[in-house]
Amino acid sequence: MLNEKTRLPGGKMLGTGESRMMLLQAFSRGGPVIWASALLMGLGNLVSGQILKGSLFLIIETAFLIFFFMKDGGLARIAALPSLGDRAQGEVWNEEKGIFEYIEGDRSQLILLYGIAAVFVCVLFVFIWRASVISGAEALSARRAGGSPSSFSDDIRELFDNRIHRLLMFLPSAFLLVFTVLPLVYMMSMAFTDFSREGDRLVLFDWVGLRNFTSVFNASSIVGKQFWQVLLWTLVWAFFATFLNFIFGTLLAMMINRPSIRLKGLWRTVLATTIAVPQFVSLMVIRSMLQPQGIINRLLQNGALIASPLPFLTDTAFARALVIIVNLWIGIPYTILQVTGVLNNIPKEQYDATKVDGCNAFQTFMNVTVPYMMFVLTPYLITQFTGNINNFNVIYLLTRGEPITVGNSAGDTDLLITWLYKLSVDQQKYNLAAVIGILTFIVLSAVALITYNNSRSYKNEEGFK
Amino acid sequence: MKRRRIAVDTVIYIFLTLLCILWLLPFFWLIMQSFRSEPGQFIETFLPKSYTLDNYVRLFTETNVINFSRMFLNTLVIAVCTCIISTFFVLSVSFCTSRLKFPFRRPYMNTALVLNLFPGFMSMIAVYFILKALGLTEGDMIPLALIIVFSAGSGTQFYVMKGYMDTIPRALDEAAAIDGCTKWQIFTRITLPLCKPMIVYQVVTSFMAPFVDFIFARIIVRAEAKYYTVSIGLWSMLEREYVWDWYTRFCDGAVLVSVPVAVLFIVTQKYYREAMSGSVKG
Repeated sequence: MLNEKTRLPGGKMLGTGESRMMLLQAFSRGGPVIWASALLMGLGNLVSGQILKGSLFLIIETAFLIFFFMKDGGLARIAALPSLGDRAQGEVWNEEKGIFEYIEGDRSQLILLYGIAAVFVCVLFVFIWRASVISGAEALSARRAGGSPSSFSDDIRELFDNRIHRLLMFLPSAFLLVFTVLPLVYMMSMAFTDFSREGDRLVLFDWVGLRNFTSVFNASSIVGKQFWQVLLWTLVWAFFATFLNFIFGTLLAMMINRPSIRLKGLWRTVLATTIAVPQFVSLMVIRSMLQPQGIINRLLQNGALIASPLPFLTDTAFARALVIIVNLWIGIPYTILQVTGVLNNIPKEQYDATKVDGCNAFQTFMNVTVPYMMFVLTPYLITQFTGNINNFNVIYLLTRGEPITVGNSAGDTDLLITWLYKLSVDQQKYNLAAVIGILTFIVLSAVALITYNNSRSYKNEEGFK
Repeated sequence: MKRRRIAVDTVIYIFLTLLCILWLLPFFWLIMQSFRSEPGQFIETFLPKSYTLDNYVRLFTETNVINFSRMFLNTLVIAVCTCIISTFFVLSVSFCTSRLKFPFRRPYMNTALVLNLFPGFMSMIAVYFILKALGLTEGDMIPLALIIVFSAGSGTQFYVMKGYMDTIPRALDEAAAIDGCTKWQIFTRITLPLCKPMIVYQVVTSFMAPFVDFIFARIIVRAEAKYYTVSIGLWSMLEREYVWDWYTRFCDGAVLVSVPVAVLFIVTQKYYREAMSGSVKG
């Protein structure tokens, strides 16, 4: 049945059942039984006859308490977080047996992971605890009102109806929590440690506060110099990659869109091959074509156009121009796909107006087409820009970040993201990698927020109608 | 006027033809190299001097160093599982965020937006440590670890699907609710059938992910050649010690992976375009 909630103003969504009690309400209305249920979870449900649900809560509480207080349990894990362990592995003299015994030392990396995971479990438990108190109070108030609280099978049925969001969201959220949020927190916390191959801190490491951040920001240190250089190149790259793709893609889409041009589908499909072929294949092929003995240099030399091979991948300027150009090859088809639909929506009157004013084709393009597209496609451009900041494939598969100056850990075409990858996977400087990751995130969210807030499509949603 | 139009059109045709040739040239070159009978990575001429099918045969029969058929099978199993899990996740989350009103809807959507801003590789090492702590990075558990890695993030990839679901009129849901449908029935009998085009798109993209990704796979699988996916296999064929012998076979493998992916893409291009325009409207 439709109830009141289906007609909520603004929301226009089907409601999900009766309004829920809040925690404080539950305590004030529930009385002593509910107060007790704060300590003994599920009591409220048990007293009012929801035996299964009540015992389930009780079992969860028992399990949590055992987890929390057992040896090496949650409490111990969290307590170990501040020190991150200090027992080095090695041999210890055992007086009784009269021998050296090998002891496995602490592994800070695991202590950190288990500690954070234990904190997660505790937070999760607090949510379950809150739900149990509220559920108990609701059951109790239903019983007091003379009715009977919902049975367990009712609850299951509700799970497929009004509370279906719990059923459907449970697994995706759980996966997200364990394999996305937990690793992110874990990785971010590494930024405040000295977990690195440098100084042999891979097994045992300590908190170092903001030291990593200051060394990255300090432009006179080795890491700092590279950081600013990589950051600058990342922004330059993202700018060119985004806007050149956008402009050329729009021009091409307009050409194909001309009423008199035939075979529109064919042109679009052929150009879309670079989307269809996996990037690691197409980029690795291009990479091998551009080698000093690769086919492009061979052909140029055979044609006597050049004397010695062009340093496509070994010269900084060449390599930087190259990644931007090759990215056009990969990226333009996306723009065409995206732009084609929008082009047809540009109001014809605007074109007529430019004709009256005597604009040439270029002026029309710059003054009507581009502004309109920018307006409509701002969200798309933002995602493209942030996507390019994170464009791992094009850089890593094409140049691997090279050319690289001896002694540096970042090459001249490395983006923040590829540098991060090298720092963690190849060089095992996890603390620096984590700092770079956090900074990348800050750059990304700043770009997204600023452009989003300044874009006209956000300020003036009614502007183009 | 007419003459001018024809002139412009001719220029555009020539330009487009040249561009298309430029676009296809690397792939054409790749296919030709895959039939090349001369060994080694680099040759003097653009086209091979002589052609052979032998490379393809050897790719599947010489399995002692790099076992391509097993890699293909590995990837196929992982791709099927990933595809089922992530399609289910995406559909569930988009249905809930598009159709239902529940307490943690807004926080969930905002969290997903923020999570999408983090570079995926940033937490990759941490994911590896977690999988290792769970004992999933040794032996036969590796494929499971890969399935988890490829499908774990799908809970945040719902915006396109949600945008599509938002366009389905709510009146349908309400009518169904009056007829006594539960939300589950609305989900399975009304929303899902109406989303068929987008489901095809979702299935294809999530199925392709394990075939085209090699960064994540390389971190999880490391040196365990038994569990290589095709992309790691192809990558390793270009390692210095293999490249002389394996370069033409790398081309074969690349062609064999690209053709199905490209065909799938062209067949589902229509849905892809719909998805892209949906994301703009959203």
